[in-house]
Amino acid sequence: MELRPILSTLRRHKTAALLIVVEVAITSAIVCNALHLIANRLALLNHDTGLPESELVVLDVRGTGGPADTEDDTAQDLQALRALPGVKGATISNQIVYGNNSSNSGVKLDPSDRSGAIQASQYYGREQIISTLGLKLLAGRDFLPEEYVTGAVFDKMAQPSIGQVIINRRLAERLWPGQSALGRNILVFDDTPSTVVGVVEQLPHPYPGKAQNKEGYSMLFPIRPSFRGGVYLLRVDPAQADAVMKAAPAVIERVDNTRIVASVKSLPEMRRTYYAEDRAMVWLMSGVIVALLVVTAFGIVGLASFWVAQRSRMIGTRRALGATRGQILRYFQLENFLLSSAGIVLGMVAAYGISLVLMANYELPRLPWSYLPLGAAALWLLGQAAVLAPARRAAALPPVAALRS
Amino acid sequence: MLRYYLELALHSLRRSSMLTALMVLAVALGIGACMTTLTVYHVLSGDPIPHKSARLFDIELDAADKAGWQPGQEPTFQLTRFDAEALLRAGHARRQVMMSGARVPVQPESAAIKPFYAPARLTSADFFPMFEAPFLHGGGWDAAADAAKSRVVVISKSLNDKVFGGVDSVGRDITIRRQAMRVVGVMNDWRPVPHYYDLTLGNYAKAEDVFIPFSTAMDMKIGSSGNRDCWGSSGGAGPGDLSAPCSWVQYWVELNSAADAPAFKAYLTRYSEDQQRAGRFERPPNVRLRNVTDWLVHREVLPADVGLQVWLAFGFLLVCLVNTVGLLLAKCLRRSTEIGVRRALGASRGAIFAQFVVEAGMLGAAGGVLGLGLAWLGLWLVRHSPAEYAPLAQMDWPMLALTLVLALVASVLAGVLPAWHAARVAPARYLKTL
Repeated sequence: MELRPILSTLRRHKTAALLIVVEVAITSAIVCNALHLIANRLALLNHDTGLPESELVVLDVRGTGGPADTEDDTAQDLQALRALPGVKGATISNQIVYGNNSSNSGVKLDPSDRSGAIQASQYYGREQIISTLGLKLLAGRDFLPEEYVTGAVFDKMAQPSIGQVIINRRLAERLWPGQSALGRNILVFDDTPSTVVGVVEQLPHPYPGKAQNKEGYSMLFPIRPSFRGGVYLLRVDPAQADAVMKAAPAVIERVDNTRIVASVKSLPEMRRTYYAEDRAMVWLMSGVIVALLVVTAFGIVGLASFWVAQRSRMIGTRRALGATRGQILRYFQLENFLLSSAGIVLGMVAAYGISLVLMANYELPRLPWSYLPLGAAALWLLGQAAVLAPARRAAALPPVAALRS
Repeated sequence: MLRYYLELALHSLRRSSMLTALMVLAVALGIGACMTTLTVYHVLSGDPIPHKSARLFDIELDAADKAGWQPGQEPTFQLTRFDAEALLRAGHARRQVMMSGARVPVQPESAAIKPFYAPARLTSADFFPMFEAPFLHGGGWDAAADAAKSRVVVISKSLNDKVFGGVDSVGRDITIRRQAMRVVGVMNDWRPVPHYYDLTLGNYAKAEDVFIPFSTAMDMKIGSSGNRDCWGSSGGAGPGDLSAPCSWVQYWVELNSAADAPAFKAYLTRYSEDQQRAGRFERPPNVRLRNVTDWLVHREVLPADVGLQVWLAFGFLLVCLVNTVGLLLAKCLRRSTEIGVRRALGASRGAIFAQFVVEAGMLGAAGGVLGLGLAWLGLWLVRHSPAEYAPLAQMDWPMLALTLVLALVASVLAGVLPAWHAARVAPARYLKTL
């Protein structure tokens, strides 16, 4: 179509044209990066731990320094909890995903290795932990009853050592890439070896997705924590989860009422809390994107309306000389397309620059190229939508408008 | 003259009310977003103890074993109980404190209140004067109480309200972990922001409810909570034992002036050398002495998202301003005829310029007031967000003033370009079309 008249008109309105270009450029640059941030957070929010989260309930019980027999209480608690209707399994572990503590240790294969390079999350679990957490054994076996050590005994060992360990797939692949891990030894407690008896598909770090444990290595030892050193994990029928959560504190108090049930939470609830700030950030970013686009759209509507009013004589003249309504409409649409395109080109360069700054300061990954066409398309569409109303008003101007002013 | 410009501006703004509303709204949105995020930034990055922050120092020693050691790395950021007690005994600073977080069971006398766990601080006596904890009744304890492992506690106002119904409970007993403890002080509401003296329990955690002498807590075998880094073999030592190879104690000193820091650092280095000679420290002396400000920066206390949000908000404000410039420009070009008449009647270029800048300033003032409302709304939203620091998001007077100033400055800047264009209008050309 006729580009030259558009360009020569724009040349006479340099400032206004430039303002639209700048506005589109900044908006598209911010929108690209904000979309990227949202996508990152969404990936985090949708992270799959591999656990049957909807079936898990976590019960935190604490002593009050009373005379209670810790070991006996714990055994009785577990027995009573397993008897609750709707409970499919119960165990105790020193930590759980989304919980607020995590225990980690360095893992090495060679006593002389002092690099401390491999840090793995260290689970202590009682019988039934594999079935309660729904861990899938890829190789090997569960612990044997005689392999379990009571937590209190373990704590008092002058030279702590645990003969067996189950590790997750990630750790197995890191330590022995492409080979079987079964029967091999790792060194965790000083230089006493623990033999790998099983490899599980998933055993998540308590803080999944957070910077300190990107690799997600973890291992499970056959150590029985008491209620003082761990939390109860219940696998329940999801339909009866609420009933179990209501009934559980009374069960604990019946066993020994000198203790305090600090919290009863379902894993989905803990997950929501764990990711709450990330979810808030997604909403905030989305809100900003919408606000930016709306403001930019109003800016385009405002300037385009002004131009239509200012050029009514020119439009009338062109109409009088035989230009159709469609030609007038397309004139304004094409003009907007040119301005948007210039803004988008500038904006893409800026988007990349912003991404580099964010990478350096906020540990964000580089903006993938695929976001650039996405941002560009959004701004082109926005521009065309915004200019439509003023352009149609222009097209509706009768030829006599040229004579009136 | 200003009054005339204000009248003209008001007249002009009223004539195109739709466009005016749009511009005011754009400025208000930008200002509201900026002030919400800036206020959060301002609150979270504040100095918790301004008149003293240059004289208060967090101490770090490198007591860990040789495993994984690399020259130049940071020492473990807390102390072992052994080193903390040794430094405390030596008492080389004006004030010094060793402490750790904990959670303790409180068993109220009244059967109506169920036993509960309360966040606690196990600390030596200097804590209260050093961090300037405010007291409602009574006060802290002294070094003699530390030495005697006295069963004394200081409690928070909220705990006093809960357990003692808010009366002055000094001298009464409270049962903690089945031990009767004498209340010696009730603190007033206190929430240092950030929770700088111990960052291992959340950077913006609330102050604790129960304060117990460190020595007493060790005697009662109260376990600590927070961060604990261990190395080597424990040799059968319990987690709280003096010989446990673990760093878990926070240690702070107050010096007479910031100038005393190098001398104190030299003292710590000498202490480390002595420990190395005695065979306790395997690593070469590696000490840190950081004042409150450096400490907060070093520990990266300010959440990264908060910084990101400020940048985002200013980007948004920039778009809003470019938008306003465009709309103002359109508006003033549309009024070229009016400008032509005024110029022909003797108004100077400067007068036209001033008139349009005043008009922009008026927009900014309106946008600022509306933006203040939006910022208030934004902060209300932040307060209802899940962040640990949510309840702290409150606007204060300096921020309120900054909001209005920012709105005014931004809109006047946005008005300069259109005003300059208006001032350049040649009167003759527009008079012809009348």
